[in-house]
Amino acid sequence: MLAFLIRRISQSIVVLLVMSVLVFGGVFCIGNPVDILIAPDATPAERDRAIKELGLDKPLPEQYMRFLKDAVQGDLGNSFVYNEPALKLIMQRMPATMELAVTAMLMAVFFGIPLGMIAGIKSDTLLGRSIMRFSILGFSLPTFWVGLMFIIIFSVYLGWLPSGGRGETVELLGVPVSFLSWDGIRHLILPAMNLALFKTSLAIRLSRAGVQENIQMDYVKFARAKGLTNTRIIGLHVMKNIMIPVITVLGMEFGGLIAFAVVTETIFSWPGMGKLVIDSIGVLDRPVIVAYLLITVTMFIIINLIVDIIYSILDPRVRLGDQN
Amino acid sequence: MRQKLLIVLAVMACFAFGATMAHAEKLTLGLKGEPTSLDPHFHNVSANNMQSLYVFDKLVRQDNRQKLQPGLALSWNPVSDKVWEFKLREGVKFHDGSPFTAEDVKFTIERIPNVPNSPSSFTGFVSNIQKIDIVDPTTIRFTTEAPAPLLPRQMAAFPIISKKNAEGAATEDFNSGKACIGTGPYMLVKWDRGDKITYKRNDNYWGEKMPWEEIVVRPITNDGTRVAALKSGDVDMINFVPPADVDGLAENKKLTLSESPSTRLIYLHLDTARDDSPTVSGNNGEKIKNPLKDFRVRKAISKAINRRAIAGRIMDGLAVPASQMVPDGYEGTSKRLKPEAYDIKGAKALLADAGYPEGFKLVIHGPNDRYVNDADIAQAIAQMLTKIGIKTEVNTMPKSVYFGRASKLEFSFMLVGWATDTGEQSNCIGALLHTYDKEKGFGSSNRGRYSNPDLDATLEEALVTVDPAKHNELIIKATEMGIGDLGIIPIHYQVNVWGSKKGLAYNGRTDGYTLPREIKVTK
Repeated sequence: MLAFLIRRISQSIVVLLVMSVLVFGGVFCIGNPVDILIAPDATPAERDRAIKELGLDKPLPEQYMRFLKDAVQGDLGNSFVYNEPALKLIMQRMPATMELAVTAMLMAVFFGIPLGMIAGIKSDTLLGRSIMRFSILGFSLPTFWVGLMFIIIFSVYLGWLPSGGRGETVELLGVPVSFLSWDGIRHLILPAMNLALFKTSLAIRLSRAGVQENIQMDYVKFARAKGLTNTRIIGLHVMKNIMIPVITVLGMEFGGLIAFAVVTETIFSWPGMGKLVIDSIGVLDRPVIVAYLLITVTMFIIINLIVDIIYSILDPRVRLGDQN
Repeated sequence: MRQKLLIVLAVMACFAFGATMAHAEKLTLGLKGEPTSLDPHFHNVSANNMQSLYVFDKLVRQDNRQKLQPGLALSWNPVSDKVWEFKLREGVKFHDGSPFTAEDVKFTIERIPNVPNSPSSFTGFVSNIQKIDIVDPTTIRFTTEAPAPLLPRQMAAFPIISKKNAEGAATEDFNSGKACIGTGPYMLVKWDRGDKITYKRNDNYWGEKMPWEEIVVRPITNDGTRVAALKSGDVDMINFVPPADVDGLAENKKLTLSESPSTRLIYLHLDTARDDSPTVSGNNGEKIKNPLKDFRVRKAISKAINRRAIAGRIMDGLAVPASQMVPDGYEGTSKRLKPEAYDIKGAKALLADAGYPEGFKLVIHGPNDRYVNDADIAQAIAQMLTKIGIKTEVNTMPKSVYFGRASKLEFSFMLVGWATDTGEQSNCIGALLHTYDKEKGFGSSNRGRYSNPDLDATLEEALVTVDPAKHNELIIKATEMGIGDLGIIPIHYQVNVWGSKKGLAYNGRTDGYTLPREIKVTK
């Protein structure tokens, strides 16, 4: 286990380094932030001053080396437009995104897995088929369209829920969260539902396939012959076996949920990191874009690691140390 | 039983009354952009400049047509050619109760060039001031290097901060609210990044009394979401209603709309300098001498553009065909310039006369995420030009890529926009039509490299002519020269639309700002 961890961490560092080169180079290629940031009627002297202050007058390799030197010390640079550390800006926005992503994930797990199991057990009934139809919709409807529909139906037409924003937040261990106040929860429901839709469908499909596969296995037949109740067979034995692929896939998807909640955050003006990075791309705020992408990569690495560990706990046949 | 019912009704009435009272006290605005900072001197962009007016005042105010009005200064007069004297308002207090004096003005002007890491500073507005003399606490004199007719305009470009609270303060101190202390109608309560900015009324304000105790500004970038927030009643008012939604909202009985032309001019910039221009070629793709250098070709292009059709169909009526660089009624606009009439025959004749009866090939470049319907306008213009024989191809891209390439002169024919925040025409002439001159700071956005020595001389003379009438005359002359030569081809001014719930009225501003002091409660 320890050897596995050490190997994984050293691999991760290489991945991060390669990513930083790619991201830095890529962002550099998009365009020059100077043309967007500086007022078009600024005099050339002012322009030059701003370019120098932002460090954009240096050649790319020099800018990169400076970035790398600071990054090792935990400083990912200052945002051009906010004049505050990029890392701090992202961290300020992270709780909002995490809250949204976790809520969406919980929704997907709590609705998706039971629904998928029902669809698997009763695949020939109307209920089973309806669940599958729903999951097809969840897969194929574009997120932004569904989001707008939610707003039109639940906010504009019915007036039940607010159309966007984060609502009232309560400090929990110094982190502002919205799920502890009624106003906050009301603001959370629609965006979380919007974000959860795709993942719920995914969970439905995965658990349905898992159930259908497992139900025909010998151990189920054996359990039936032994006289175990159906609830116990499905709820314990089958459930345990279908959880392995579901957890692997959803774990991977969770990273995506955090990193790419952009669309939902934009539609619901949810003040998370996704919205920050979209705004930053718009004005080519290089330090924020680079920091965001690197944090995302780190997050994926960590999530993968956790998934692997959970996997080995669920299925003792998998031994982490054996991977070579 | 009856008594009980009465009590219940009375209680309910109290609640209902209380609710409406509370409602009248709070105003929620859904605005398109979020400021990047609450430091009023950090980043010269309109989202920041507008937001700073909630908390701060300027020496000189701009009304909703950007004419100058007294602000913290009651009057301003030139004492001599190079000296301006400003009389300040008495009895004005900052939010913390300290008095506003000439010291604060001096401190502000001295701070502006020294704001660290400012991506786009306000230095240009104060760089010609050589010396600041405080005559007495309410009188201040500015000595400039050269005669400065635009000084009062420049004083209308940045807010005054408090010396006591902002001395040594960094941009972060403004964002946190520590140094964000002004003389304005509202005090900053809290800025929740990305979510909302909360303000509380300043009850000691020297100016108009505001009806709302609290104002919450929510940045909602997405157009659809902003409109939905208004429709669902989450916000009381929104700005920049997208053209496609205007009809739908106008039919909604619970809402009112108001519109105002803006100073945002959409125009075409053409390469008039190089013989070998990058995206112009002959009909078979062969290299030709740049036809855009020929005045007749430019005139033909201008005639071929049906500005009315663009305003009506592509902009859904939310555009005004343009004749010059700022809309009619502004200082320094020419009454002789009119929007070019749509005339295909004339255009074709001019092309033939210039030696291009069969036309040529051209690529029109434009952004697709910067101006209202920018990519569609480019498409429409391309079709219109194709009609007179100029085979036009459209290439649009995100603004983050576009402007850099445009400034590197990679394009021959481009769609661009310009908005003057200062409310007068000299800054557009200086940036767009004056010969590119890095030393003197002219022509910084002259991406067609149009050059006319007479225009240069006229503008430079205007910039040192303090007498307002003479100054205006020279500006008008320079405008007529540049537009007459078609150094740029004006298309239209955008029209801004605000939407609000019934009971609120907004006159609209040409600079597109949404200011509480101009929102009226109608019932």
